Amino acid sequence: MATADELRELMRTEGAAVAENTQGFNEGRYRSVAELSDYEELKSEARAIKEDAIERLPELLDELTETVEENGGTVYLADDAADANDYIREVVADRDADRVVKSKSMTSEEIEVNDTLEADGVDVVETDLGEWVLQVADEAPSHIVAPAIHKSRESIAELFNEVFDPDEPLETAEELTRFAREKLGEKIVDAEVGLTGANFVTAESGTMALVTSEGNARKTVAATDTHVAVAGVEKVIPTVGDLHPFVELIGRSGTGQDITSYVSLLTPPVETPVVDFDDDETPLSEFDTDREFHLVLIDNGRMAMREDDQLRETLYCIRCSACANSCANFQSVGGHAFGGETYSGGIATGWEAGIEGLDVAAEFNDLCTGCSRCVNACPVEIDIPWINTVVRDRINREGDEPADWLVDGLTPDAEPDSPSLQKRFFGNFETVAKLGTATAPVSNWLASTGLSRKAMAWALDIDPRRELPSFERETFVDWARNRDSTVEDPQRRAVVYPDLYTNHVQVSRGKAAVKVLEALGVDVVVPAVASSGRAPLSQGMVATARTHAQRVTETLAPHVDDGRDVIVIEPSDHAMFQREYEKLLDEATFTDLAENSYEVFEYVYGLLENGAAVGQLPSGDDEALAYHSHCQQRTLGLEAHTVAVLEQCGYDVVTSDVECCGMAGSFGYKSDYYELSMDVGDRLREQLEANGVQDRRVVASGTSCLEQIDALLERHPSHPIELLAE
Amino acid sequence: MTESDSPFAASLDELGVTVTSTDRAGVPAAIDEAVVEPAVGVSPGEEFAHGDFPLAEAGIDLDPTPAALEAATTGVSVAELGIGDYGSLALTSTGDGSELVSLFVERHVALLHEDDIAPDMDEAVETLEKTLARTRGSTIIATGPSATADMGALVKGAHGPETVHVIVVEGGE
Ligand code: SF4
Repeated sequence: MATADELRELMRTEGAAVAENTQGFNEGRYRSVAELSDYEELKSEARAIKEDAIERLPELLDELTETVEENGGTVYLADDAADANDYIREVVADRDADRVVKSKSMTSEEIEVNDTLEADGVDVVETDLGEWVLQVADEAPSHIVAPAIHKSRESIAELFNEVFDPDEPLETAEELTRFAREKLGEKIVDAEVGLTGANFVTAESGTMALVTSEGNARKTVAATDTHVAVAGVEKVIPTVGDLHPFVELIGRSGTGQDITSYVSLLTPPVETPVVDFDDDETPLSEFDTDREFHLVLIDNGRMAMREDDQLRETLYCIRCSACANSCANFQSVGGHAFGGETYSGGIATGWEAGIEGLDVAAEFNDLCTGCSRCVNACPVEIDIPWINTVVRDRINREGDEPADWLVDGLTPDAEPDSPSLQKRFFGNFETVAKLGTATAPVSNWLASTGLSRKAMAWALDIDPRRELPSFERETFVDWARNRDSTVEDPQRRAVVYPDLYTNHVQVSRGKAAVKVLEALGVDVVVPAVASSGRAPLSQGMVATARTHAQRVTETLAPHVDDGRDVIVIEPSDHAMFQREYEKLLDEATFTDLAENSYEVFEYVYGLLENGAAVGQLPSGDDEALAYHSHCQQRTLGLEAHTVAVLEQCGYDVVTSDVECCGMAGSFGYKSDYYELSMDVGDRLREQLEANGVQDRRVVASGTSCLEQIDALLERHPSHPIELLAE
Repeated sequence: MTESDSPFAASLDELGVTVTSTDRAGVPAAIDEAVVEPAVGVSPGEEFAHGDFPLAEAGIDLDPTPAALEAATTGVSVAELGIGDYGSLALTSTGDGSELVSLFVERHVALLHEDDIAPDMDEAVETLEKTLARTRGSTIIATGPSATADMGALVKGAHGPETVHVIVVEGGE
């Protein structure tokens, strides 16, 4: 796991370039997919094709093998990296090749074929400009699509000028590109073997798709007489027709290009004449087209992933990089921290766990905060945060025993094995909060004294620069129990879910919600309900989270059966009910709750749409607000409701558009991640301090966001529901 | 010779690809205007049912040597398909080196029959599926010039052509 020092260093040296590039890609993605009228259908289609292909993989592999052989090529199924490398080095040796030119291929990096070939004295040349920069610099990729994303133009110019000492020092991007093109162009035409990856391989015709922009993959194949393509077995799909949704989605999802310059549909061995580029006598048509073709399909853990009910989804990944670009943490640190041996970004956890093992995944898995911003971005609808959670759970279970004495009483622990002490503290925050409320203000005083802060920093790794929540003596549930409903002839009846923070810490927003709902004619009850399980889930404590889910639904089900709607104030808990509970509960129990629960502003919006009078709520009198929605709320498409209601009430609203505030539950509290959390938060701060925004009152829906904004700004933010109850 | 205002032309325009539309009679003039010499090219294959384009008349080396190819500024070849909503061209690799001619040059000039413009990617892929299943050939869906952002800013003309020009030939046989 990267330490705070390592993360700080990465942010200092690479952060600016990584942030600029990933955010550019991410903005491009939003722009580009918005042009697709059938975006959601295309994603579902892509998903279905991958599901089917992985399901039928053995059969498709047989079909593909037969087809490629029919076409005149060879297929080699390699068990692992060593097996693949042995085969490739043999092909290269048989061809008596001095040079192998490569187009960009993550799979070839996974098996580290360059090292193998170089050990045999073969000159291996990366022809993708980004990969070549890294080869010259002897650095590792920091992004699965744009490998040199961490390098600025200035640093590339410096590198080239130092290594190649050109007559005129290189400076502009054009000069650097031209220089690289010429250098590499000479090497390509002299090479014997061309090694490519493949984004997709189709079983029916043996056609493979290569998605590129530079043209180097085309040259790599056209200018050599021996073509080796390396691909994971998961790349096989049935037909060329199945490529359609991927062709439309892959560029848009990744770098925000509608389509990359070249989608090569090659059915190797390709028919282009094999020419000698120095020949000035023989016309092209007189060269023959004899080419060798070797398709090396690599298992390397994939077939086992296919059998793994949780990791299988990873195999649907088309490596577009959307989950990296849309990730707030990735935008700050890049793939050198947020990645394993080969893969980086959100889905890398799945790949590295399956290919390298849990230990490699454990090195960066905690950087996924489960904010879920990648979920809608993924063109094959992979639940990336869930994969991160599952892997975290598995890592926890492999972990060392924590110092049990400190967590005694804090862990009604359904986890048979042991997550770290810190994870258990945050994971069982419900117990902490109960104790906190019972002993407030003693616990508040303790939490703020230097001594206990130090103890927390030492035992739990909570960053001393963070303020801890202060607990209210009277919980939201207790307050509600002691009052009577003010609604005589209710339009609807509802339960306000007393989430952990509303119940113990932000009691005022609970009261505000009740007041607003009653003003709109809703009869409200606030029963004591277990916490949602969000906290343990975010620590990878899946079994504990499941117990929470069961307790929550057991309490709420009778109310739902009784015709009450469930209103949720905290977006991360609402997201549990809408998304994660599907993984934790049986289908009927999940659906019952999901269909009957609403984020509080979603509900208010619905009430107003259905005839409730907005006049029952106080007018905003054109007050200017800055609203920061919550990551998981946005993933559920529920940002607009808050904005709409506030506008109906007469507020003038601007919204932030950063992917996450950086706090992400307990993430920002942890010493190792405090600075990263603040770096991510800085982007939100900039937006909230921008011209025209800096004097606006700030409202935010999420508890974590409110705490983060409180730390970032002079202004104190509040939950928007409190405005409607003023 | 007219500037077309079709969706395909609009897509090409967005990509920075210049386009001219002409009837068959105007092809030599269009080519003449589009190429920057020295220019090489390949004859359209027999599978193009629309018949021969008069490339040779325009002073283009139609079966160049590799050395001539390397020295050429412009490469002229035929696109099998145009894709309306993306401005893409389907470039099929042939035994006489169409892939080389469209790739190892600074400027690619593509000839395309108006009838071969598919409205969208869906239809184009469907067509390509049928063709490739039958021919087991290779086709590049090329959209705009080659490009890279790897050197710190977007640059056109990475390994492949820096400019692309499309000549849309109107009318049937
Ligand atoms: S998981 Fe989805 S978003 Fe991430 S790289 Fe793979 S396909 Fe793209």
